[in-house]
Amino acid sequence: MAKVPVQFTLNGSEKAEFIDSGTTLLQALRDKIGDTSPKGGCHQGTCGACSVIIDGELRLSCLTLAETCDGAVISTTSGLSESGVLHPLQRAFLDTFATQCGFCTPGMIMAAKVLLDHTPNPSRDEVVEALSGNICRCTGYEPIIQAVLTAARANSQNAA
Amino acid sequence: MALALQTFATVKDANAALKAQGTRYLGGGTLVVRAANEGDVSVSGLIRSTEPSLSTIAVAGGKARVGASVTMAAIAGHPELGTLAKAARAVGGPAIRNMATVGGNLFAPAPYGDFAVALLALDATVGTDGGETPIETFLANRDGSRAVVTSVSFTLPKADSFRFLKVSRVKPKGVSVLSIAGALELSSDGTVTSARIALGCMADRPMRARAAEKALIGRKLTADGIAPALAAAGDGTSPITDPIASAWYRAEVLPVHLGRLLLA
Amino acid sequence: MELRKNYFADVRKDDLNEIGQPRPRSDSPGHVTGKTAFFADRNFPGILHLKMVRSPHHHARIRSIDTSEAEKHPGVVKILTAKDVPHNVYTILILIQVGPEDETVLADGKVRWKGEAVVAVLAETERAAQEAAAKVKVDYEVLPAVFDMEEALKPGAPLVNEYHGQNYYLYDSGECRKVRFGDVEAGFAGADHILEESYQSSPIEHAPTETTGCVVAPEGNDRFTCYTNTQAMFFTLDNTSIILQMPGSKLHFVGGTVGGGFGGKVDVIVEPIAILGAKLTGRPVCFIYSREEEMQISSPRAAEKVVIKDGVMKDGRIVARKVTGYTDAGAYSRHSPYGAQKGAGHYPGPYTIPNVWIDTYCVYTNRTPSSAMRGFGVTIGDFALEVQMDKLARLIGMDPLEFRFINAYRDGDMKAHRQPTEGAALIECMQEASRAANWPVAEKYMAMSSYVKGA
Ligand SMILES: Cc1cc2nc3c(=O)[nH]c(=O)nc-3n(C[C@H](O)[C@H](O)[C@H](O)COP(=O)(O)OP(=O)(O)OC[C@H]3O[C@@H](n4cnc5c(N)ncnc54)[C@H](O)[C@@H]3O)c2cc1C
Ligand code: FES
Ligand code: FES
Repeated sequence: MAKVPVQFTLNGSEKAEFIDSGTTLLQALRDKIGDTSPKGGCHQGTCGACSVIIDGELRLSCLTLAETCDGAVISTTSGLSESGVLHPLQRAFLDTFATQCGFCTPGMIMAAKVLLDHTPNPSRDEVVEALSGNICRCTGYEPIIQAVLTAARANSQNAA
Repeated sequence: MALALQTFATVKDANAALKAQGTRYLGGGTLVVRAANEGDVSVSGLIRSTEPSLSTIAVAGGKARVGASVTMAAIAGHPELGTLAKAARAVGGPAIRNMATVGGNLFAPAPYGDFAVALLALDATVGTDGGETPIETFLANRDGSRAVVTSVSFTLPKADSFRFLKVSRVKPKGVSVLSIAGALELSSDGTVTSARIALGCMADRPMRARAAEKALIGRKLTADGIAPALAAAGDGTSPITDPIASAWYRAEVLPVHLGRLLLA
Repeated sequence: MELRKNYFADVRKDDLNEIGQPRPRSDSPGHVTGKTAFFADRNFPGILHLKMVRSPHHHARIRSIDTSEAEKHPGVVKILTAKDVPHNVYTILILIQVGPEDETVLADGKVRWKGEAVVAVLAETERAAQEAAAKVKVDYEVLPAVFDMEEALKPGAPLVNEYHGQNYYLYDSGECRKVRFGDVEAGFAGADHILEESYQSSPIEHAPTETTGCVVAPEGNDRFTCYTNTQAMFFTLDNTSIILQMPGSKLHFVGGTVGGGFGGKVDVIVEPIAILGAKLTGRPVCFIYSREEEMQISSPRAAEKVVIKDGVMKDGRIVARKVTGYTDAGAYSRHSPYGAQKGAGHYPGPYTIPNVWIDTYCVYTNRTPSSAMRGFGVTIGDFALEVQMDKLARLIGMDPLEFRFINAYRDGDMKAHRQPTEGAALIECMQEASRAANWPVAEKYMAMSSYVKGA
């Protein structure tokens, strides 16, 4: 099988791998690089559990071929809590009980992070819209929406 | 055979590569990679081109040319394509919109293809290296189409002459029960002088509601005025049945939603 | 959170340290940092991917299976059919003596539902397994199928499952689970009104965000570690031990981290065949349902039909209730005989009724086998019972909440299945609901208590 080289920045560190052509980014991250924070819930683009941030945009790693990410800057949830300090979103997800089984959580946090990066003080509707591609079967969404709003408030208080 | 991707700098080279058996063009991959993940083994080679013109949006003289690789998110955020933002935002959730391309939407089978419905109502043309094709002809022949689509072009509608409606059960993001786009021109007294109405999910691909269009000409957009158009809305349709809705349901609700779109 | 202390104030201890206190969940830090290890987060070098060839028919005889072309497909390491499974016919609840064994791990001679596992393909990559699976040839003779419970119970209906010999589960009590309490016919005879209604539901899929699956690693000493998201660890371990005819000491199950289950991950489906694959190849194996398999293949909540006949007095007392429940097990038992039995115990609901007659049937059809889901055997029954309660209240012109106060069970009341009621709190829940919903009821109901001294 043809191996192709691919290089990208993952959570701030350079990665260079030889992968099988046609490998999805989800497979490359999980099976090659060992970052299992993106989850494969459907491999169809419908659940959002595999969400990652590529060059500042929310993407589904299950539908993205790894080769197309050459040179990209990629973030995943495992890279959020540098030096053991939780990111405000992670803190808020804990505090509002926004995670039950936890399978959707890394994807939810990615979707929420992109939102807050672009819109630091979102309305509830904006939060709902931003999370609309992510499915949670456990929480009923309300605690997750609250977590994102809580994190936004915490951010703006820190900034003030 | 494993799935492999080949990337070409030019559309010309991509077109040449697409002549090989088992190959398919890769747009945003939201349908084609999904199919491979689900076990569709009919595609073994994905081809893409990074030619910059595929990713550009050009607006001049009241006309727009949108490269085939332009994403729904890019359209929704483009200052001069505001009239189409609603249709672009109707596609998937935020991550899908960052990936889904215009080119891919032209090939998306119902219940997908919401943006193509809008393009059909705009009477767009579809560009390939071979030239421009009216979108209706393109859609009719798309199953046999092998060439890379490079762009779609259309005359920008005036804000109040273009309407779009997507009906879905889950909000804000859901798969279409149906979608409707209308490009209407009215005379100063409010009489319809020209109408193009396109429907999604009422066949396996976007289609024009010709009978309804005809029934609107010379009428006003009032409940009485549009009644004949609503009565004719289902002419020639063969709605799809899928987990979202049955053909029967889609046919039943089409006039209701067309009515809402026209009276809005 | 608010803890209401006015209820049961004289019988409750108030020196509680934990109840009423918010406490962080021990697993959340792992969830929010992406560090929680779900089963699929384990990867092993040389892991094989298992894909299942499934029946395209609801009911068919298998004339022949030809795997020769699939075996030659590049990347294929092993192909498994029924003859490779040491003890191919099993049933989960055999562990608690609820037999007979009625389900095949891999179909043998016959398929009984669309999606049934027939041939397992193990290959170096997922893609190779998919391609090879498409090359397996199965020759089927399609048989008539039955999808409706009442049709299935009629004489002459196609026989779904030969291991049962009839299209219903044979309990020790006969063709159904039975509860008899008082004299229901006498109750009806003395009632002011009779209301008979039937209710039914469709199968419901749990749709957990993480699909069903497992990863198996041979430990090199004839032992196998199985990382699984089963919700029923020891059921799975013990059934695997039976199916593979391997002592439990050879099986090391690691789990407990489940990406959503809701009852949908209690069946023993992926582990035995994956461990068998690992045993026969000496390689690690993963068997993970695709989203489509999760939706179409994993067991749903059973479709149910509930027929309720009630005799009620003008003053609001229900004096007789007869319930016939039908649970659609699909083609195999799994947990459904138990679900139907739970239904029998659960009717007539949280109400004290002097004359009760209950029959609940577990019926076999050519539908996807159903199994556990959040209160299975009870939830659909509750829907039926409470809609029936509203209809009864309307029939006698009574407020529906007050009507429930009149019939609510209280401590010491004998339930139809001969268990005296203990620790009831229905009255108090309704009092609270009445306040919260601003749906006032007469003062005498607000003064009631479930607690009966000495009961
Ligand atoms: C979860 C989910 C939700 C979705 N929701 C919607 C929705 O609400 N509305 C909707 O309309 N669609 C929806 N889609 C479908 C899909 O995302 C869109 O239709 C999208 O526009 C397809 O574009 P793509 O670039 O991803 O196509 P791809 O998957 O890359 O390609 C699809 C097909 O088009 C061909 N193709 C793509 N580009 C070209 C080109 N330039 N030239 C020639 N052939 C080409 C490919 O060969 C392939 O056959 C959804 C998909 C998913 C997974
Ligand atoms: S795994 Fe990518 S969206 Fe579900
Ligand atoms: S917490 Fe389980 S899916 Fe969201």
